[in-house]
Amino acid sequence: MSHHEVRPAELELRDVSRTAGGREVLSGVSLTAAPGEVVGVVGPNGAGKSTLLRTAYRYLRPASGQVLVDGTDVFRMPRRVLARRLAALPQELPAEFELTAYDVVEMGRAPHRRGLGGDRLGDERIVTVSLEMVEMAELARRPFGQLSGGEKQRVLIARALAQEPGVLILDEPTNHLDMRHQFDVLALVRRLGVTTLAALHDLNLAARFCDRMCVLVAGGVAAIGTPAEVLTESLLSEVYGVHAEVGAHPRTGIPTVFFGN
Amino acid sequence: MRSADNAAPAETTSSPQPDRHPAPERVSPRERRVPYPLVLALLGAALAAAVVIGLAVGSVSLLPSDVAAVLVSRVFPGWIDPGWPTAYETIVLDVRLPRVLLAGVVGAGLSAVGTALQALVRNPLADPYLLGISSGASLGAVAVLVSGATLFGAFATPMVGAFAGSVATLIAVHALAGSGGRITTTRLVLAGVAVSYVLSALADLLLSTAADPHLLSSIRFWTLGSVAGAEWETLPVPVTVVLAGLAGLLWQARSLNLLFAGEEAAGTLGLDVSRFRTGMFVLVSLMTGVMVAVSGSIGFVGLMVPHAVRMLVGADHRRVLPAAALLGATFLVLADLAARTVAAPQEVQIGVLTALCGGPFFVWLLRRQAHRERGDR
Repeated sequence: MSHHEVRPAELELRDVSRTAGGREVLSGVSLTAAPGEVVGVVGPNGAGKSTLLRTAYRYLRPASGQVLVDGTDVFRMPRRVLARRLAALPQELPAEFELTAYDVVEMGRAPHRRGLGGDRLGDERIVTVSLEMVEMAELARRPFGQLSGGEKQRVLIARALAQEPGVLILDEPTNHLDMRHQFDVLALVRRLGVTTLAALHDLNLAARFCDRMCVLVAGGVAAIGTPAEVLTESLLSEVYGVHAEVGAHPRTGIPTVFFGN
Repeated sequence: MRSADNAAPAETTSSPQPDRHPAPERVSPRERRVPYPLVLALLGAALAAAVVIGLAVGSVSLLPSDVAAVLVSRVFPGWIDPGWPTAYETIVLDVRLPRVLLAGVVGAGLSAVGTALQALVRNPLADPYLLGISSGASLGAVAVLVSGATLFGAFATPMVGAFAGSVATLIAVHALAGSGGRITTTRLVLAGVAVSYVLSALADLLLSTAADPHLLSSIRFWTLGSVAGAEWETLPVPVTVVLAGLAGLLWQARSLNLLFAGEEAAGTLGLDVSRFRTGMFVLVSLMTGVMVAVSGSIGFVGLMVPHAVRMLVGADHRRVLPAAALLGATFLVLADLAARTVAAPQEVQIGVLTALCGGPFFVWLLRRQAHRERGDR
């Protein structure tokens, strides 16, 4: 792992708005993730989580506002330069073309190379180390299409790691995973030390793994802060329309949502 | 009950988990496959053998050794005593070689174009013929020929028409198949087939209005695919365009790889997807247009060859493209040999033969693909 030098970057969304089809999907979202911080984006379906993330990894251009990585506007950076600082996992799986797990991870080296040349041995080492970090080195030669959901997700995280990024953006990384793999994936992200912005569905998982949580409702920030600050009974009933109690986990003390009714 | 979810001690999750798969032997990334240089060497040897056989067989059969001797003495004059009749040289060099070369170049080009198209539309069922691009090119060429117009000289005219036709068709099919979201196999194949039928019908309509019966029959023959018209004078343009196109695709091989990741992911990996795709569409259309202008619509080569090659060398375009070019060239040289000999002295169109092999292959691929799309995502 010594080859992987993590230099976490600062990610700042400054007053980001976006309209789609005449409707405002994001309205003035501001959010900063300090270097090394893990920030979770939660909120009901259709709140704009994916749109927010897509503007953060510059797939969508905001109508107004800026996305800054270490103070530089991502839309003013060449794509390849940005791809060396920021990696993202959209909710998108690689096509099946006899691609192996290794092939998928090697794509992460693309922003560092041009044409056919390049440091093949150095790339091979970084790809292998990335696979080791997600504990997938043994399955490197396995066809990607034959991996389980959790294994696929770990391979995609390895692809992001091979970019050697300072910021990681994850759109529902635990989707379609069983509980154990949800836990594993987020524990892995937590260990990396990379600044992370992740859209998450499960509030308890978010509270367990995030430094701060941002609650998005109808394209705006309803609350932002530590899990203890954000997860309150009044917010849950206001945002999700459910009645639930929030208590401290008996051992970790982490705020935990208990659904009653 | 409800606290059970959180009861697992968190610290244990970061320890290495037991592997669910048996035999976790460590495999180095490049192992397990036939070494790539060996693959290239074997394919190169196969192509050389196919060329020699292609030159030897015909209405006058020659010994492969005589063919090889004629070729060597042409490349290195004075090395070998010319102990063969001079007619051999005419047969090999003037009659058969242009045809074999054209078959090889078109086979290489179609395979490379198929490889690139499959990455561009992220679907393994893409092929210039199946997507209707060849029909578009044919229509373009027919349109300019029938109209009697001359663009950039008489010789380049059909190529210009074919290029315009293939660009327009590729854009139309891509838009039809993937308006918004992901291009599914069904939509891609349906769009390709529909467009292809319409364009072929238009071409037939144009032909039925053509006054010159000689032009009519020559075009009819050519639309089904044939390299019988090859001559030394007509070779330089297709050879140059295909070789330059191959070099261009190889230069962009890494970016083609990124398209496998998906549109958004490719963007986050540093690729300007829409610009890249536009550039590739133009390049692929240019190659297809020129090939169709000289050899008509030869289907399924661009479908079969990339698949066979990926099974041999994996999905990386840096490895697939050179191997696909060699295998495609070999395949089409042999297909042309069959076209000349199976019904001799009559000629069969080469496109008929590739369709006979390619059709069943396509059905097999379609079934496998449908199975995958139904299965886990």
